[in-house]
Amino acid sequence: MAAPAVAQAQAAQNSFAGSVKDALIAAALTGVLGFFFLALRTEIAPGGLDLSTRWGLWFSAMAIVFAGRLLLNLFVFHTNRPITGLFARRQGGKTAVAGPNLFGRLVGVVLLAVAVALPFLITTFFPGQQRQLIDLGILIMTYVMLGWGLWFTAMAIVFAGRLLLNLFVFRSDRPITGLFARRQGGKTAAAGPSLFSRLIGIVLLVIAAALPFLIITLFPGQQRQLIDLGILIMTYVMLGWGLNIVVGLAGLLDLGYVAFYAVGAYSFALLSTQFEFIGFWTALPLAGLLAAFWGVILGFPVLRLRGDYLAIVTLAFGEIVRIVLLNWYEFTGGPNGISGIPKPTFLGMEFTRGEDGVAAFLGIEYSTIHRFIYLYYIILILALVTNLVTMRLRRLPVGRAWEALREDEIACRSLGINTTNTKLTAFAIGAMFGGFAGSFFATRQGFISPESFTFLESAIILAIVVLGGLGSQIGVVFASIVMIGGIEMLRNLGFLTQIFGPGFDPVQYRMLIFGLAMVFIMVWKPRGLVTTRDPSAVLKERKKIGGDLVAQGEGH
Amino acid sequence: MEYFVQQLINGLTLGSIYGLIAIGYTMVYGIIGMINFAHGDIFMIGAFIALATFLILTTVLGFAFLPLVLLIVLIVAMLFTSAWGWTVERLAYRPLRGSFRLAPLITAIGMSIVLQNFVQVTQGARVKPLPPQITGGIRIMDGVQLSYMQIIIIVTTLVLMAGFTLLINRTSLGRAQRACEQDRKMAALLGVNVDRTISLTFVMGAAMAAVAGLMFLLLYGVIDFYIGFLAGVKAFTAAVLGGIGSLPGAMLGGLLIGLIEVFWSGYFSVEYKDVAAFSILAIVLIFLPSGLLGKPEVEKV
Repeated sequence: MAAPAVAQAQAAQNSFAGSVKDALIAAALTGVLGFFFLALRTEIAPGGLDLSTRWGLWFSAMAIVFAGRLLLNLFVFHTNRPITGLFARRQGGKTAVAGPNLFGRLVGVVLLAVAVALPFLITTFFPGQQRQLIDLGILIMTYVMLGWGLWFTAMAIVFAGRLLLNLFVFRSDRPITGLFARRQGGKTAAAGPSLFSRLIGIVLLVIAAALPFLIITLFPGQQRQLIDLGILIMTYVMLGWGLNIVVGLAGLLDLGYVAFYAVGAYSFALLSTQFEFIGFWTALPLAGLLAAFWGVILGFPVLRLRGDYLAIVTLAFGEIVRIVLLNWYEFTGGPNGISGIPKPTFLGMEFTRGEDGVAAFLGIEYSTIHRFIYLYYIILILALVTNLVTMRLRRLPVGRAWEALREDEIACRSLGINTTNTKLTAFAIGAMFGGFAGSFFATRQGFISPESFTFLESAIILAIVVLGGLGSQIGVVFASIVMIGGIEMLRNLGFLTQIFGPGFDPVQYRMLIFGLAMVFIMVWKPRGLVTTRDPSAVLKERKKIGGDLVAQGEGH
Repeated sequence: MEYFVQQLINGLTLGSIYGLIAIGYTMVYGIIGMINFAHGDIFMIGAFIALATFLILTTVLGFAFLPLVLLIVLIVAMLFTSAWGWTVERLAYRPLRGSFRLAPLITAIGMSIVLQNFVQVTQGARVKPLPPQITGGIRIMDGVQLSYMQIIIIVTTLVLMAGFTLLINRTSLGRAQRACEQDRKMAALLGVNVDRTISLTFVMGAAMAAVAGLMFLLLYGVIDFYIGFLAGVKAFTAAVLGGIGSLPGAMLGGLLIGLIEVFWSGYFSVEYKDVAAFSILAIVLIFLPSGLLGKPEVEKV
């Protein structure tokens, strides 16, 4: 294509008409895609299937896509378009005017006008539902105000934090920290996370350690759910860190990580229900060992495989484990699973009301919440152990061999590294932590069945590792909070039933939104939420490196 | 002997369906080197579109001539499913072109979750039964029945495979696809519209998956929003078994997986048929790390 034609095409695309055309195409595509799913619905009726139509839903979907796409086209994607260029040119005159630009101000004015007129608009157009809709408006406004409050608080915190960091951390030539800097200068090749990420780590750690008490103080009404959510997020953090060893450090793509989680859970469940004397603390190391053993078993056949061949075999392995658990009825209970798994004890004491319970021993009043707090601390400690071991291993020869393997297998072999052992240890250690997490899962639930160990679970764990930023320990924490915390929060969207009627159940949209969030975050930040990595070994000076510089490993 | 032949026929039928889905995996893998995890769900979408079209034609419009109905259903399902395939590529994979390897894998898994739950939300979670439409068959020997449905599936697959091979080998689109597969940058320099070629690859894969969806619907008569996952994993296994990136390999792998499954269920146990298929995959890959017909990767230093 010649250059003028390209420019012409771009100009056409950038015009208002171009935007409308594009939005129309998007709406038409929505119509085509949605026709068989939104407009039609097949129902089981007496005497075969029946079709029902929902034209309203179909048309509104197209209208929403049209409006959304048009707004995006006009205001976000192409700000050099005439419609916004107009404002831009006007603004060019006023060189030093601070504050929102004319366009932003316009949007603000329009929104304000709509907001002021809203009650009257609602009473005019939707007289039947005016009560609910105005109520919803009040709710939204309350959240807007809360949000602005949060924003101010956030600004204050950032200001204070940045100031402190500036004073004590960043400017190490200043007298106040120069002292430390000089001391540090001696150790040239100290590896490990930089001071800054260590600081974030410490803050997060303090919050995590104090979390149950924060929850009890701040939200006494919901303490059980919130601590439970904390336990769930921590479990995924631990699984993410375990998988990070295999995928992030050694660069071996594992789509069947849930198999080790299952092995750990079933080992503990079977041991504790078959043998009276085995409790959580005895079974935990055994479950880890068994999972590591299975990690080696999986590792052997896949040693020669590369990339996606490795991925499919690990996926197949995960499915094989699940199918065997499902069908080996005599041993695993099949689809009924195993119930009556004992709860963890504290120095041999149980969390009961009686004389020999923990509450009586500690001399505090009995409450059911104690057990949850205890579980929370168990998983917190397990997760921290995972992290600590990973961080230490990274500095040992085996950890450096993992990273070398990820960067370049051929160079690795030529330097005399035994790639077989390197791969097997990565699989075994990753699997071991999966096994620990699995036995924690079993003791927390008290009941396990193959339902909990589907491919979706592996996919979620892998998504957490990749979305967080492959190989980044802190990224796993953020991604777990965002993804797992996010989908659990979606359970509380009860107010949406006010808009969409009582038949609307937000819970069934949970996974839909989860999937969309996965796609969106990945497209937005392909390198994960945390884009910098701490190098394992440094020469002279410690630097952050971009995630782009770290190889993903081709899984060989 | 009769039992063996019967199982052979059943296995070939099932294998043809797997082969049709596997083509979509192998083509996408060949051209952009990613596992399109959402492909199994595209197959499921195809089955749902086929079901709805079939119901429109028979109950709403009152068509009675079955071959014509099925032909229209086939064409409609292929067209609409292709639109889904195109959109998935455009939304979830194209923005990540040239990004690192795991990013499109994660969006593909995300897309798979989205498609499954979208269908579950809009069409309900319950299974959709369709009474058998094509009945009867020919007896080829004592106790061996070759049903018309099986004939249709095997013949359709053969015809599509032949057409497809011609398309890849003889047309300019096929040449563009092969060029992109070998070296995308060079192909772009030589004037191949790479984005368009990749989009068309997804469209073709989705159309094949739609055919497989229709066949699945007619053969089993029951579909739900979850059928895509297992069929997708099996088809992907088939593609890898045959050597991913190779079209005849995908078909061969599909047939093998179908045969393994059917013979294992027939002679050993139904519960462990998937374990058998997966184990054979693992064993084959130990000895032939790039599949049966795949080209071994050359290690360059």
